[in-house]
Amino acid sequence: MTYLQKPKLRHPAAARNALGYTRRDYEAAVSTLCAGCGHDALSAAIIQACFELDLAPHRIAKLSGIGCSSKMPQYFLGAAHGLNTVHGRMPAALTGANLANRDLLYLGISGDGDSASIGLGQFVHSIRRGVDMTYVVANNGVYGLTRGQFSATADTGSVAKRGAVNAEEPIDLVVLAIQLGATFVGRSFSGHREQLVPLLKAALLHRGAAFIDCISPCVAFNNQSGSTKSFAYVRAHEEPVHPFDLVVGAHGQREAAETTEEMVRDEDVLVRMRERAPEYDLGDRVAAVAYVERQRAAGAIVTGLLYLDPEPRDLHARLQTVDEPLAHLDDAALCPGAAALAEFTRAFR
Amino acid sequence: MQPVLFQMEGAERAGGRAVSAVNDFVVQFASINGSGSASAHWLFARAVLRMGVPVGARNIFPSNIEGSPTWFEVRVSAAGHLGRRGGGPDFLVAMNPQSWDADVAGLRPGGYLLYDSTKPLPRTMSRRDITVLGVPVAELCRREFDDPRDRLLLRNIVCIGVLSALLGVDAPEVERLLAEQYGGTPRLVVPNVRAFRLGRDFALAHLPCPIGLRVERGTAIGDRIFIDGNTAAALGCLYGGATVAAWYPITPSTGLVDAFARLCGRYRVDQATGKHRFAILQTEDELASIAVVIGAAWNGARSFTATSGPGISLMQEFLGYAYFAEVPAVVFDVQRVGPSTGMPTRTQQSDLLACAYASHGDTKHVLLLPGDPREAFEFAALAFDLADRLQTPVFVMLDLDIGMNNWLCEPLVWDDARRMDRGKVMTAEQLEHTTAFGRYLDVDGDGIPYRTYPGAHPSRGAFMTRGTTHDRFARYTEDGPPYVDNMERLLRKFDTAKTIVPAPIARRAARPAAGVIYYGSTAAVMTEALVLLEHGSIALDALRVRAFPFSDDVAAFVRAHDLVFVVEQNRDAQLRTLLVAECGLDASRLVPVLHYIGTPITARVIADAITARLAATAGKVVRS
Repeated sequence: MTYLQKPKLRHPAAARNALGYTRRDYEAAVSTLCAGCGHDALSAAIIQACFELDLAPHRIAKLSGIGCSSKMPQYFLGAAHGLNTVHGRMPAALTGANLANRDLLYLGISGDGDSASIGLGQFVHSIRRGVDMTYVVANNGVYGLTRGQFSATADTGSVAKRGAVNAEEPIDLVVLAIQLGATFVGRSFSGHREQLVPLLKAALLHRGAAFIDCISPCVAFNNQSGSTKSFAYVRAHEEPVHPFDLVVGAHGQREAAETTEEMVRDEDVLVRMRERAPEYDLGDRVAAVAYVERQRAAGAIVTGLLYLDPEPRDLHARLQTVDEPLAHLDDAALCPGAAALAEFTRAFR
Repeated sequence: MQPVLFQMEGAERAGGRAVSAVNDFVVQFASINGSGSASAHWLFARAVLRMGVPVGARNIFPSNIEGSPTWFEVRVSAAGHLGRRGGGPDFLVAMNPQSWDADVAGLRPGGYLLYDSTKPLPRTMSRRDITVLGVPVAELCRREFDDPRDRLLLRNIVCIGVLSALLGVDAPEVERLLAEQYGGTPRLVVPNVRAFRLGRDFALAHLPCPIGLRVERGTAIGDRIFIDGNTAAALGCLYGGATVAAWYPITPSTGLVDAFARLCGRYRVDQATGKHRFAILQTEDELASIAVVIGAAWNGARSFTATSGPGISLMQEFLGYAYFAEVPAVVFDVQRVGPSTGMPTRTQQSDLLACAYASHGDTKHVLLLPGDPREAFEFAALAFDLADRLQTPVFVMLDLDIGMNNWLCEPLVWDDARRMDRGKVMTAEQLEHTTAFGRYLDVDGDGIPYRTYPGAHPSRGAFMTRGTTHDRFARYTEDGPPYVDNMERLLRKFDTAKTIVPAPIARRAARPAAGVIYYGSTAAVMTEALVLLEHGSIALDALRVRAFPFSDDVAAFVRAHDLVFVVEQNRDAQLRTLLVAECGLDASRLVPVLHYIGTPITARVIADAITARLAATAGKVVRS
């Protein structure tokens, strides 16, 4: 048996969300990833975030590419349709799915090989198109399934399990995403659940291209000393930029929110900062890139919500598509009919 | 300004006479690319059509923005033979010094040459068996127009004026067309009409009008239309309910998406809100465009891409994915000359195998092979039904000749009672009454399973669509038996496909010497080829194949003949390969007739090859 379904047992006292779902309703098959894999913590965080946001699982479409990361959609949201595409091509498939039905939420799961190496082009173009999605990269700096080669996010000087030293420059997907116009950009760590869950929630509610780089160590091939993507290294060098709370239903809770130090309104969502890095402006792309780069040069891994455009515009807005999903339009809405055809082709005489 | 006129100097020596024909001749324009020539030449072709005389027209152009040689052929044929005739034109308008020598050499003996006598004839000019007509076109334009741009671009229209006088084309028809073409914008209409009259009046005053080649009014057009395959296919997409188009610009397919965008602008914009009932996305490459198409189709939208050979090569991985994961997709391949970049602006039918077996592993795909723009329309709309019904990619195989040239064809028709066939899609209500939904279960025994759209039901019908091996319930498996079970079902599905794709069309002869199979743009010349063969007392049964997989009729046709010619516009006889591989036919009875030089096949090529082969079979000595 190569597919393990979790038993449908449910604790009678399990907490239910506003839709009446328990946390189990957001789970799916048993993970086949290595014990202790950072990705399983990320899956758990996604389950937690969707449960807490009261999202109906079947209204989410989960898409992925190829690699350990891209297996994750099998392990959460069993009631949601999934599209496990080919290597590096999740972003364009997600773009098409989103064009077809703007009423669903789109969750794209990818890895550093999938998004920064083979699929860098699709990553770049989906971000710059402003596809309304939550794009999560589980970033561990190596290829796991092919046993430990460096990916394009591996830091210069990072040492592989078998001793090879990476000589190439890393690609920082966060910096790229900000430069390319993602309207929500964050970085987190699969070992930092208190930050990861609210970050995922905020991204899922964001109505534009939301990107999260989640450093997610590979326990099999990149958790050794010398690696800059190990649990120990990331814990030691992580620097959260500004811890925040997420307040959903902004209009209803405006009063409460106003008591906080800083807030950024994103339609119906408030991101409430508890404290912030000095002179850090969450809505300033240039400053955000400079800050992340400066901290990187100093050896720190900046995490948290790094950039937010409070007025995102998505691809549908640019293409001026109708409110009804294109996939739901019927013959009457799409076919101009025989008379129009005769009239149109008259010009071809 | 005096005209130059050499009438058949030394014609007696060559033993020839000036060619003479009514409504049956070929005019070739040799021009410089980017000089605005093509629109003038299309104008000429349409003027002849307006006189009720059938026309076949082909723009033979370079992969270049401006400066390289370009040709345009107009075949006037009362008999309705609208493919390329071959054998050189009867009338040559030689406006390009670069290609002059070869152009003049190609003119038929007894033919007419029109050139710009502003400059003297090239010294290399040595033909004495033709009539040479010199009109100082550049000089006329210089005197008539002040704007340097007009002086250059309107030379083409001056030539149309000259031709209209020489060939007896009605001036009011041309002027009406100019008014239609420029939408009543006087700024454009006025100088064009002036240029046309300039050339016409000059010819009437100075040249012996009309010459031996003449257009006479006829009634052979009826309600036929003159349309290119790319526009017709775009109409098919509109009528077929396509809402998502993703593409990467590539000649010769670009016009298809351009036309779709124009049509959507006209028919798919909501009157009240101005919002669009379509989404067209120009992606970063063809890998992305096919990915967008598959993502959209997976989510329930009818979606397509249009590309050519190089794009097909880039799409391979995702095409195999869509085959195996069973996601609909419609792909228009407007074929050009390969391999590699090949000749981007020349025509061929050389992507058949690349599409039929696209991607690694065991795959087979549905191909539709339209024979003209009207079928491009029909097959485009049908492709969306077939892709949904079969849950697999469907290729519509156009080529540059059909895609980019206007063809005279029967009017496009649509049945208002027709509805989109979305295939086997389970609704939320059906899921409510289903206990065990299996995405890849062959419930009906036709190999086609049931699908669900994302978001349809809160707890039923969800599954992971994947390119990894899966069992009947879409669960990942590495076990042999469920893998084989699935692969065998895909074959059953392909068997079902052959019963619902367009059937071949047969034409039977009374006492056939052999059979002939052809497809796609070769349809334009096959009737004429059969007539030529009949003149040589060779009768053939003919079968036009319109889709892959082949219906059983195709194999039956081959088995009914000892010898079957397979006419194709590629080097490797790709359709023949498919026939042998897929129908278990004896390869020795399938004789390839191939033409793949980049220009459309001619009736003469077909007739000559078949005549030679049959003569050889009969033991006669054949010399070519």
